[in-house]
Amino acid sequence: MTDPVLSIRNLTVEIPTRRGLFRPVENVSYDLRPGEIRGVVGESGAGKSMTGNAVIGLLDPPAHIAEGEIWLKGRRIDHLGAEDKRAIRGKEIGMIFQDPLTSLNPLFTVGEQLVETIQLHLKVSSDEARERAIALLDRVSIPNPAERFNQYPHQFSGGMRQRVVIALALCSDPSVIVADEPTTALDVSIQAQVLDLIKELAAERQVGVILVTHDMGVIADTTEEVTVMYAGKVVESGKTDRILGAPEHEYTRSLISAVPRPHVKLKRFPQVSYGGRETEFKIEDLARNWPKPEASSSGKLLEVKEITKQFVAKSSIIPSWNSYLTAVDHVSFDIRDGEVFGLVGESGSGKSTVARMIATLYGVDGGRILFDGEDMTAMDAEGIARYRRQIQMIFQDPFSSLNPRMTVADIVAEPLLHLGILPKADAKLRVRELLDRVGLAKDAWRKYPHEFSGGQRQRISIARALATQPRFLICDEPTSALDVSIQAQILNILKDLQEHLGLTMLFISHDLPVVRQMCDRVGVMKQGQLLELQETQALFDAPQHPYTRELLSLMPRLEQLPG
Amino acid sequence: MTDLTPTDQTSADDQGPAPSRLHQALDSDLAYSFRRSPVAMVSAAVSLTLILAAVFAPLFATTNPFDPASLNLMNGFTPPLQPNAFTGESFAMGTDDQGRDVYSTILYGMRISLFVGAAAVLFAMALGIVLGLLAGYLGGWVETLIMRVADIQLTFPSILVAMLIFGIAKGVTPVEYRDQMAIWVLILAIGLSDWVQFARVVRGATLVEKSKDYVDAARLIGRRAFPIMLRHILPNVLSPVLVIATISLALAIIAEATLSFLGVGAPPTQPSLGTLIRIGQGFLFSGEWWILFFPASTLLALALSVNLLGDWLRDALNPRLR
Repeated sequence: MTDPVLSIRNLTVEIPTRRGLFRPVENVSYDLRPGEIRGVVGESGAGKSMTGNAVIGLLDPPAHIAEGEIWLKGRRIDHLGAEDKRAIRGKEIGMIFQDPLTSLNPLFTVGEQLVETIQLHLKVSSDEARERAIALLDRVSIPNPAERFNQYPHQFSGGMRQRVVIALALCSDPSVIVADEPTTALDVSIQAQVLDLIKELAAERQVGVILVTHDMGVIADTTEEVTVMYAGKVVESGKTDRILGAPEHEYTRSLISAVPRPHVKLKRFPQVSYGGRETEFKIEDLARNWPKPEASSSGKLLEVKEITKQFVAKSSIIPSWNSYLTAVDHVSFDIRDGEVFGLVGESGSGKSTVARMIATLYGVDGGRILFDGEDMTAMDAEGIARYRRQIQMIFQDPFSSLNPRMTVADIVAEPLLHLGILPKADAKLRVRELLDRVGLAKDAWRKYPHEFSGGQRQRISIARALATQPRFLICDEPTSALDVSIQAQILNILKDLQEHLGLTMLFISHDLPVVRQMCDRVGVMKQGQLLELQETQALFDAPQHPYTRELLSLMPRLEQLPG
Repeated sequence: MTDLTPTDQTSADDQGPAPSRLHQALDSDLAYSFRRSPVAMVSAAVSLTLILAAVFAPLFATTNPFDPASLNLMNGFTPPLQPNAFTGESFAMGTDDQGRDVYSTILYGMRISLFVGAAAVLFAMALGIVLGLLAGYLGGWVETLIMRVADIQLTFPSILVAMLIFGIAKGVTPVEYRDQMAIWVLILAIGLSDWVQFARVVRGATLVEKSKDYVDAARLIGRRAFPIMLRHILPNVLSPVLVIATISLALAIIAEATLSFLGVGAPPTQPSLGTLIRIGQGFLFSGEWWILFFPASTLLALALSVNLLGDWLRDALNPRLR
């Protein structure tokens, strides 16, 4: 075994706050060997990024290293001064951050940024630096590197930008790279390419990589060793295969059980119970007062016929000179009573636009939407008002979907009161019941949204959507902003809604394993078009369209996970 | 990075009595930041003292300077803290040419300054919020119209706009009402010259809030534009408005003083700080420095402390600067 290039010993980071001392990282130790990729996995707030920042010497004050040691190639670096740390950063330790948009300077060409970084660390002439830079761009598989050298970051796509960031990190031949969620902002197809690149480079240049991520799929595909963190502490550390296949610690087990499996559909997600999280909900109890799901006349609650949406890309004084961008292009599907219908696609595929058109948040530029046999696109405002209570929506971002200046009780009661469904006193009771059923504490109603975590806010969102006892629920990426264990809880609630209340759902996601777990039928969208529509089982077993096959092949393989 | 939001605890572990409003207010981040900032505390203390002194002027003043019967011309030009040669009376800040006690006149003058300033800011704020919300939320030609008017107004110095409005208003009011109306015309003039920055900030904040999902959630249940603006967007755009309002208050007080100094503001019978400064500057070079010095220092203290308070508020409410 080679000596570790980096070793962290009993690292503790402290942040003094007005509420007392906060320890985001506590007693963390691990080693990194040359050419090894070590995954650091955990949920938000687990301290995984903070560990990375401590290694780079980029802790935001007042956070500081309180205890422990960091050794880089036999030299202790944790107690160095700011000047020495800066010399190490970039030269010995490269960095790749989550958002490729913000880690490149938009005012300089990619080439200038590379040359500057190379000359900062290595004593070479401008021409030599330029050659090196082009070679690096070539190495990270950027086509036409000599041409691309003179372009600005905005001329690169997200995935290409992240490649440039990787090239930047490699400029000075570092011995360690800290990659903090390097693929979280990217689409799946790009994610796979970027991870492959990191893997190749680590092996080729014998660079040790610390890969910080929340994604078990990334860990399974990319890393050899993994460290699992929870609440600032390391709960388990070892070979990736061993940890994923036979986790020893209770938390690791609960984390792995919450990961949606791509190959089998489970009735419910296994209950994740760690750290005092209570996960029993009582959606069943809602069923008692819930109106029996009416059957629609045709058996199809929603029929979408050839809908089209165009956005003005460039507006002009003369309307006919406007140029348009077609976000949704003649999409047709129908959703049967009590069915969960999935729409998948990468960002920009138009799936959210479809949802918003059905929710009447966007107008329709062509085609018809029939709800229970009636054409919503031909209705006037009054006609639509009758359907308001039957169609509800759960949004992606739990931090922007609740008005921060309203109490939770007011938020959930608003649809009831506005649509005049219940008088005030009854609405109050309904609100409390709903909040209780989605698993919130007894006094949640009088608090404001900022007092809740992302998962709890999404429960509030669900309560609001259920307040009017709708027949149809639109879920627009309801869990993509959440940690995996919280995702499992929210998805369980949604599954319960369908099972016990007979809700019909449109479920939009970019995450194939989640769709696999949730949906009865799935439509695949790309660039505004619906490419394929299949029963979920059939789609995953025998995809017809080449694009679907490509998407499926990029899905993280989690076969080593216990079923 | 660090996620300091509450953890996902769904168990009913935090049920106690709800903390009282006062307790919550004292425990808030804003109150904490206030306690940590000596500048904020000193300027709050100074502004509060001055405002209270002005509001309760009759309690603190030794004479009523607006009551001609209480004046004694023999007391004119008494220097501070020296007995008058004729009457033997002594005044903390001296007297002016008509024998008015400068200290009492400042208290009453500050009353007018503060009233005009506050009313003008409220007026500007109301106008700016309404127009900013409409422009931001409705967009289209409404936005173009409002924001172009705002742009045009910004090309004139605001004091010119105020003087123009003041001049027009004075022209249309009958002579016998002019002195009574002067204060209200001042408020109108300063308010109208000041709404633009409120409108711009509110429009910007509205554009941000409009794109958030909670607005869509309200639209989804069929709420119309105006209720959404009032109930959902307005409360969320108020914190920047509060900051501008504080800073504008200081500016409005100065604007009022400027107008009064130029002789187009508060009449000499009802002197504001600006009028007092105008009166006092005539005596500066003849040795009666106190007639100018004390009103000017009061104006400085008032404007500076309110401004510093506004600065602190801006920093405390802006998480990016924290």
